[in-house]
Amino acid sequence: MLTKLLSGDTPRSGLLTLLLLIVLISLAFAPFLFPGTKSLETAARICIFIVLVASYDLLLGYSGIVSFAHTMFFGIGAYGTALALSTTGPSYWSLIWGTATGAVVAAVFALAIGLFSLRVKAIFFAMVTLAVASAFAVLVSQMSWLTGGEDGLNYRIPRELTPAFKLVDEKILGVRINGKLLAYYLVFFASAALFLLMLRIVNSPFGRTLKAVRDNAFRAEAIGYRVVWYRTTATVLSAIMAALAGSLLAVWLRYTGPATTLSMEIMIDILLMVVIGGMGTLYGAVLGATLFILAQTYLQNLMGVAAEVTSAVPVVSTLVAPERWLLWLGVLFILSVYFFPSGIVGRLRAGRA
Amino acid sequence: MAEEHPILVTSDLTIRFGGHVAVDQVSCSFDRGTLTAIVGPNGAGKTTYFNLISGQLHASSGRVTLNGEDITRMSVPERTDRGIGRAFQLTNLFPTLSVRENVRLVAQSRARKGFDLFSIAESHVELLERADHVLAEVRLIDQADQIVSALPHGDQRKLEVALLIALGPQVLMFDEPTAGMSVDEVPVILELIQKLKADMDRTILLVEHKMDVIRSLADRIIVLHNGELVADGDPAEVIALPVVQEAYLGKAPEAA
Repeated sequence: MLTKLLSGDTPRSGLLTLLLLIVLISLAFAPFLFPGTKSLETAARICIFIVLVASYDLLLGYSGIVSFAHTMFFGIGAYGTALALSTTGPSYWSLIWGTATGAVVAAVFALAIGLFSLRVKAIFFAMVTLAVASAFAVLVSQMSWLTGGEDGLNYRIPRELTPAFKLVDEKILGVRINGKLLAYYLVFFASAALFLLMLRIVNSPFGRTLKAVRDNAFRAEAIGYRVVWYRTTATVLSAIMAALAGSLLAVWLRYTGPATTLSMEIMIDILLMVVIGGMGTLYGAVLGATLFILAQTYLQNLMGVAAEVTSAVPVVSTLVAPERWLLWLGVLFILSVYFFPSGIVGRLRAGRA
Repeated sequence: MAEEHPILVTSDLTIRFGGHVAVDQVSCSFDRGTLTAIVGPNGAGKTTYFNLISGQLHASSGRVTLNGEDITRMSVPERTDRGIGRAFQLTNLFPTLSVRENVRLVAQSRARKGFDLFSIAESHVELLERADHVLAEVRLIDQADQIVSALPHGDQRKLEVALLIALGPQVLMFDEPTAGMSVDEVPVILELIQKLKADMDRTILLVEHKMDVIRSLADRIIVLHNGELVADGDPAEVIALPVVQEAYLGKAPEAA
């Protein structure tokens, strides 16, 4: 049953299983285990980024396609939901049609980019995605009458998903059972479902074919696979998943803007999360996203503490000053790539005796 | 009668690379149930001729027909679907996947399951059984779980042949299947080709350098030289031709 849910792709390493269980349990009970707004924000962000990073791995790790347009699809999903909620009101209907439209638009864009440029060299596809994504980001910031420009869009979501909605009057385990909690569980379960769906896709005959195409496209053709169609389908699926992750972010934040969805910075973060976790394994997305976002969120705090402790030591205290957190994130990244070139998951699986 | 019609025909098949004519107006037909050896010195255009038939290259002029259908402009997978299969000279496998998975992918392609998105690949037991059956035939079953890139060269050559067998095409093209194999491995491959040849529905094209292999297998030999078809006929006759002695064995006619 569990194996079937995981599509037969079990972690295949004791330590990996343990780490994944820790992440799963922490996220599933985050509102109760880590009370407070900031930790809940972090947990929701981790859920959404697991989906986003996994969908990127579908391209990079499983299909060997380098794309820089992933945040564009993420943004299309987020803006789809945001625009629907701001134009047709905070109803579930708006939520559904906005999300669906976002996913369809993302799919059409991906199909067009794929059919036009996946026939040619990989570097050309990467360049095309970079160009299209940059153009899209400019377009969104310029069309402020529709998108709110750089300021983005603030909108209301269905009341049941806001803190104003109280499910139970008393606190349970010290936590208010309100709409925010419901919104978190919407994000959590939707992310879990999308992740399991992707796990199924990569372990399906289609997913296996993607790996063959990645390994040797020339031979894949010679045994009867139409390589362009497989690559294009992978691009479309990955775009749809990214768009759905974007919709989840739009619901969670009740705000959508270029900085939260379209920026090149997020694109690079996604790339790093895939590489840190391990390419070509969706479990890598879970660990990569979790570690990276935790580091991004808490490294500054941690360093603040370290700076205070070492305030007497001159050089060290400067080095660990909170404003140097980006430096340390960089160091962590270099170390992880150096010591785990196949990512955390690759390392853990290889270490299995 | 149906078997009177050749299954594969190339007519005036030509390809130019800039000013160089690699295959020059080669017209040849291949009958069902025969094994034709294609010989010629290095650079004679044998592999290019193969590429034109299986579709990795497209002809500058001339035509390729399979069962009477013009396939000259078709893509590689379209030709594969119509029954042309190819094993490559340089080993051309899926290096990061297991031996079994390599063959399973071929079986999956033939079962037209490549676009099945929502079932678990491992649950298609018939594909795994097919893969193991073929692996047993080429005597690679003990290495089935190994990753291809870690396989010794001889085993990679066997797997190359296994992929073609799993594909089960009407026309099988072998491009030096025994090249780089150790002496004791060669008979395994020859026996397999012999077995495939016994199936009268199949047509085999074989590029090979070893004369003893050609003698024991071929029904017919064609000779390519500088991209041109210079001889075609019964093995004993063709081998005796001075032009073959010169072109193929590199000997001057008087020395032959």
